[in-house]
Amino acid sequence: MTSVIDIILAVLTTLAALWAVMKGTLLRAAIALAATSVMVTIILFRLNAPLAAVFELSVCAGLITVIFMSTLSLTKPRTYEENMQHTKKRFSRYWLLPPIVGIAAIALAIFIKPFSLYFPFATSGTDVRSTLWNLRQADIIGQILILLVGVFGIIVLFKDKKKSGKEI
Amino acid sequence: MASSLILIPLIAVIIFNLPIMASHKRLPLLFGVVFSLWQAWLALFSAGSLWGNPVFPLPLLSGMHLQVTHLTLVMYLAIAIAAGSALVICWYTLEDGNKRFDVINLILLAIAGMNGVVSVTDLFTLYVFIEVVSIASFILIALHKDGDALEGSMKYILMSAIATLMMLSAIALFMMTTGSTAFGEIAHALRTQPDSLLRGTAVGLFLGGVFIKSGSVPFHGWLPDAYASAPAGVSVLLAGIVTKTTGIYTLIRLVTAVFGFSAHLQTLLLAIGALSIVVGALAALTQTDIKRMLAYSSISQMGYIVIGLGTGTTIGVAGAVFHLLNHAIFKTQLFANAAAVEEQTGTRNMDALGGLAEKMPVTGITSIIGFLSMAGVPPLSGFWSKLIIIIALWLSGYRWYALIAVAASVLTLAYMLSLQRRVFFGKLAAGFENLKEAELGIVLPAVILAAISIIAGIAFPFVLHRLILPIAAGW
Repeated sequence: MTSVIDIILAVLTTLAALWAVMKGTLLRAAIALAATSVMVTIILFRLNAPLAAVFELSVCAGLITVIFMSTLSLTKPRTYEENMQHTKKRFSRYWLLPPIVGIAAIALAIFIKPFSLYFPFATSGTDVRSTLWNLRQADIIGQILILLVGVFGIIVLFKDKKKSGKEI
Repeated sequence: MASSLILIPLIAVIIFNLPIMASHKRLPLLFGVVFSLWQAWLALFSAGSLWGNPVFPLPLLSGMHLQVTHLTLVMYLAIAIAAGSALVICWYTLEDGNKRFDVINLILLAIAGMNGVVSVTDLFTLYVFIEVVSIASFILIALHKDGDALEGSMKYILMSAIATLMMLSAIALFMMTTGSTAFGEIAHALRTQPDSLLRGTAVGLFLGGVFIKSGSVPFHGWLPDAYASAPAGVSVLLAGIVTKTTGIYTLIRLVTAVFGFSAHLQTLLLAIGALSIVVGALAALTQTDIKRMLAYSSISQMGYIVIGLGTGTTIGVAGAVFHLLNHAIFKTQLFANAAAVEEQTGTRNMDALGGLAEKMPVTGITSIIGFLSMAGVPPLSGFWSKLIIIIALWLSGYRWYALIAVAASVLTLAYMLSLQRRVFFGKLAAGFENLKEAELGIVLPAVILAAISIIAGIAFPFVLHRLILPIAAGW
């Protein structure tokens, strides 16, 4: 059965995600996203999926946040007035989002009573290594393809020639 | 064997990018063409038993759980035809040699991704391979990095993000309720408990994502911008096969093999199909940009496939799959013609063109064949598939939908005649006196595709018995 801690974690995850979407400044939105990932990490640990939790923490909360921060450090920051204006616009655009999420949560609670955060198959699965290499080989090949596509994407879109012909 | 169609392009791309291969920039193109021909040959003439053999000499990768059905074979053929043509056209239309090499590599990876999409038997793996093709498409559309290209790519990314969200949510719901994402287990769970609210929601979410990917009305907002703003060869790939694989094929495969037909689903498919046919055709009538007109016409033609599927009958599904194959052939060819026109004249604005058939006779003649096939004029292959779909609608009692399909064919004739008149017929537009036919690399794919439209139309019994009827018999 769902415990009070799970409900608190789910609520905190939702709040952090809403914060990430509605926050006007990109820096704070990135921090909120990292906070969401931390919450998801805790949930994954509680679901007895430690490997998924470690990936979530290191890649989503860690690496991706670092990439976001690095990118933001290369951009020109907004002035205080611009920031206030942008935050106001964002609130006026997304003010319906929290009530919609709230209504969806209530509807789920009413209509799907046996809903539980604990799934027997998540805890009784075989070794992750054998699952990945024996059962999900096609997924791994697909992910290698995605990585290669990403590499070529960076080359095609960001490697330009100067007029002198010298590559940058 | 099926795994080799995914792994060979992947390994080839890695090899082409080794430092010792740096001087062989043309090799990926040659490999791509030979691979496409081999794939087409396998799809047409290989024995069924061949596909189960682990031919690929890597025993470690024998657990990919792929399945080659008759529908998969048709898709292998369509992928080979459209992607092979796109490879050649990209090579001859892109000027920057280094970029050309990287784009060919990207298309090879997209081919591997598409072969994966049509071979997998698991919903999550299907999603992974759809993402491979989608990400390659985002990059290829944005290739020129001008305002239009970035806008087209961004629209596609945003709509795809919504589709991804819907598909992933559906996968999570299926995992929650069935404990698996395998096609067979989901199909079994849906059959045994058809009234499950969670599973019904999952089916709806996944289908919503697929409709976005296919560009069906009312989820079509991204498609004309993406097709029109992409470089010529990329438009050929997108219109020829990408949206058909990630959208329409996935829809047909999931509905026939996993979700199953229900009265509600049939009504939805018929409504979306009819809406796509009419809205796409009416929008195409008002366009002045060749590629935008062809993009809207794609929406309309994909509506025929969806409406054929919506009949829920053997003959309707057969017609839908046949029209999918035909559309891959004639739309690839028409976009190849548009590439030739854009390459030679520097414009896609039909109001600035005219009388080009006099200077570009091969492009003019092949475009007429393509448009007649698309409009459903006998004996071209497009006629047979539309005829089968209309017969299926009529026999299933959906007579109003049959009438809509027939009436929209007249609209297809109208907008394609308008395109022919404004681009190829009449007086030669000023400034094009010294115009020449496009180079062989752009014209040859169009000639081959026009020949396929004619041969597939005349040899209709062979195509029907070899490719189409086995699909209908198998579900």
